[in-house]
Amino acid sequence: MTLEPRLVEVRKNVLKQNDVLARALRERFREAGVLAISLVSSPGAGKTAFLERTLTLLHTRYKVAALVGDLATENDAARLARSQAPVQQIITGTVCHLEAAMVQNALDGWNLRDLDFLFIENVGNLVCPSSYDLGEDLRFVLLSVTEGEDKPLKYPTIFNSADVAIITKSDLAAAVEFDEVLTRRNIQAVRPGIQVLKLSAKTGAGMPDFLEFLERLHPRSHRAAAVAK
Amino acid sequence: MHELSIAMSIVDLACEEAEMRGAPGVDVVYLKLGPLSGVVKEALLFSYEIACQQTPLEGSKLLIEEVPIVVNCPVCRERRSVQSTQSLCCAICGTPTPEILEGRELMVTAMELRP
Ligand SMILES: [Zn+2]
Repeated sequence: MTLEPRLVEVRKNVLKQNDVLARALRERFREAGVLAISLVSSPGAGKTAFLERTLTLLHTRYKVAALVGDLATENDAARLARSQAPVQQIITGTVCHLEAAMVQNALDGWNLRDLDFLFIENVGNLVCPSSYDLGEDLRFVLLSVTEGEDKPLKYPTIFNSADVAIITKSDLAAAVEFDEVLTRRNIQAVRPGIQVLKLSAKTGAGMPDFLEFLERLHPRSHRAAAVAK
Repeated sequence: MHELSIAMSIVDLACEEAEMRGAPGVDVVYLKLGPLSGVVKEALLFSYEIACQQTPLEGSKLLIEEVPIVVNCPVCRERRSVQSTQSLCCAICGTPTPEILEGRELMVTAMELRP
């Protein structure tokens, strides 16, 4: 009798463990009535400045907190703590993205019912974070006017995985001859129908519209039903 | 580059499945990979060899089937392929659509077990 290799069917997602944890997190956020938003961008897109401004502005009216993924060499968390909002650092070491298990560990002992908004700042990277569901309700992708209009076409997967696109550093748009029409067209090409907002964390331009947008998204807002997906 | 951590997840998954079936080793792992999975085929193949070292999968092959993006076209009201990841439009009528049915796969579909 000869022994042949045996072909077996498996059909299992490689990231199933991450997906199971992410689903549990999403359910936890829903039950607690907290809106969880993750932020992804390139390292230079101004993600931390944007989040600092957002936390500072929201902090007066809502209960907000942030988890921040930092590589071993970074400390965005210390900077964000200036906003007075609770900030928890997740040191990823050499890992270039957050995973659901890291978010779960960072939230250990938190009472999410005390929160209205939870921001999860991913590591600055437009490639790796796209594969990992963190249980967030919404994923915002940030793109600064200094990065070039073709960025969405170079990183279609992460833009496609996002729910909202935010154009940052709008105060520099004229200086770098930013082509907004082309950028918006490129964003829509890789993620048709996505909402695009433009703002400057430095000058505050566009921030009121952004905050209003966030308030409408919140599950406890009476207008949420009309906007949320 | 996260392909090494993905490759290690594949190896873990395959080891578990082989052990469950009482197989002493694995010759081939079949993987379905979508263009929107965020994983690069070449980098994954390279990482896979490293991830297999000193595991029951050492010497095994990873066979990757790249699958296309399939969307639901709201105009054709049909499953349609798209032009490219840079243009998520129905390949037939050109309508942009965010409704992706397939293309995010990162799935072990089958394995060849050593007898
Ligand atoms: Zn069509």
